[in-house]
Amino acid sequence: MEYILIIISAIFVNNIVLAKFLGVCPFLGVSTKISTALGMTGAVTFVMVLATIVTFLLQKYVLEPLGITFMQTITFILVIAALVQMVEIVLKKVSPSLYQALGIFLPLITTNCAVLGVAIMTAMNKDFNLMESTVFAFANALGFGLALILFSGMREHLDLIDVPEGMKGVPIALVLAGLLAMAFMGFAGIA
Amino acid sequence: MNKLQIFAKGFLKENPVFVLLLGMCPTLGVTTSAINGLGMGLATTFVLIMSNMVVSLVKDFIPDKVRIPSYIVIIASFVTIVELTMQAYAPSLFEALGIFIPLIVVNCIILGRAEAFASKNRAIDSILDGAGIGLGFAMALTILGAIREILGSGKFFGIDVYSGDGALIFVLAPGAFLVLGYLIALSNKLNKKLYKK
Amino acid sequence: MASKKESTFINMVLTLLIVTGIASATLGYVYELTKTPIEAAKLQKTLKAIANVTPAFDNNPSAEAYKLPVENDDSLVCYPAKKDGKLIGTAISTYTDAGFTERFFIMVGFAPDGSIINTAVLSHKETPGLGDKMDKNKSDWSNQVNGKNPANFELKVKKDGGDVDAITAATFTSRGFVDAIDRAYQAYMKGGKHE
Repeated sequence: MEYILIIISAIFVNNIVLAKFLGVCPFLGVSTKISTALGMTGAVTFVMVLATIVTFLLQKYVLEPLGITFMQTITFILVIAALVQMVEIVLKKVSPSLYQALGIFLPLITTNCAVLGVAIMTAMNKDFNLMESTVFAFANALGFGLALILFSGMREHLDLIDVPEGMKGVPIALVLAGLLAMAFMGFAGIA
Repeated sequence: MNKLQIFAKGFLKENPVFVLLLGMCPTLGVTTSAINGLGMGLATTFVLIMSNMVVSLVKDFIPDKVRIPSYIVIIASFVTIVELTMQAYAPSLFEALGIFIPLIVVNCIILGRAEAFASKNRAIDSILDGAGIGLGFAMALTILGAIREILGSGKFFGIDVYSGDGALIFVLAPGAFLVLGYLIALSNKLNKKLYKK
Repeated sequence: MASKKESTFINMVLTLLIVTGIASATLGYVYELTKTPIEAAKLQKTLKAIANVTPAFDNNPSAEAYKLPVENDDSLVCYPAKKDGKLIGTAISTYTDAGFTERFFIMVGFAPDGSIINTAVLSHKETPGLGDKMDKNKSDWSNQVNGKNPANFELKVKKDGGDVDAITAATFTSRGFVDAIDRAYQAYMKGGKHE
């Protein structure tokens, strides 16, 4: 498959948040400000690409040859949890400024289903090689970031608008997310 | 809190979906029909009860610092058991729920209950807590799935309610967000009425 | 209540080892238990699909299955359906990458002369409410190819100059569906058994 096609499909047509419903918790949780949305995107991109590379290699060279693919879920989640810990420790040592920016988001990523979701989707796709998997993970992280940043931009405006009492907060945000998902459906004609 | 309160709080007052806003991914992802919502809800309930029970039984043997990884392993094991069992005995449901079954592992509800409740309480209470929260989750998913199925494809649990195709948008992604938004608004209102002092 | 174990290094390593050890052992056991039912469920599904796309047969098609090569070193599995030792139809498990989401799989039944008997969807991830109309449980859209012989029935959607009416608002899925049939047809005419 061509890289361009993978990228466009993952970011726009099959957007991980708005079409596949992965990573909705952080999408709703950290989208009240653009600055936090940017931080979260950075952290997710970092972990998602790393995790996909490691789990891809594990799947192809350990789980499949040994015939223990039923251990996939448990292996992948442990890899992600360990990776998040490692990234945290390394970042703290190597780049304290980056750690300041991303640090508080890292523990949240272990239970971000977008990361495990992309790792599993990659492992189940028989056609992907290592390079394509990496591109796929990166593109999905960008798609997550795009949705998150767009959404937080919209929510910042929402603060200034008079919303009916019962719809305040999460309900109106979900309706907004629905409209955003509708807009993204328009991309379906492209790929 | 007595036993009944522990069990009942998951349905409305601390409903994981409508009030605590946890586990949003499967909530939105699998609820294209009532039966999918119910299947997902019950699978999650099973994992929640079992992991709550095991965590509360072994909590004294696990050092604090490796608490979270140990809980994750316990949860992942039960998820895999559900995955294998469903594949064997309910293959069509297994296909409909797809990637969301392994993703039960990262459903924040489960790790959240293990950490917040099971690691501090006795096994029997933890089982009740898991059952209550889990069934509350299943109830929310079934309601959401039923509404989307009725509006979107004119059916309820696969049985025709009215003829015609329905408003397709409710089965597609935007409909999931819209319906959930209105349901949360509704439950806010209900909770306010019921628990007003 | 017993006091909590302390977080010494040896305690932590031991705990993790024991927890993962017990978990792996349990999973291995459950895997062994469910292995046969899972395979039976898969076989059951294939057999049902074969029965749906061929006339009533009295042999065991999956025991006589053979493979036909297609592009990219892939192959399609063919299940010959026979009655009284005579070939009455061949069910071919085929796939397409031309759909809307990822690769999906369908079963197509061909009469010995190559005309299409019936189709059945095996597994797909197409959009619920749109693309899944190719599934017989959702609509009878796919029945339009039944009884047609691709030799004089262009296996393309009308938008691309063919003879197939696409599903409304799901042209990609329709394209994928006919592409899967065409893949099976080409392979069957080139190397399939016709008697």
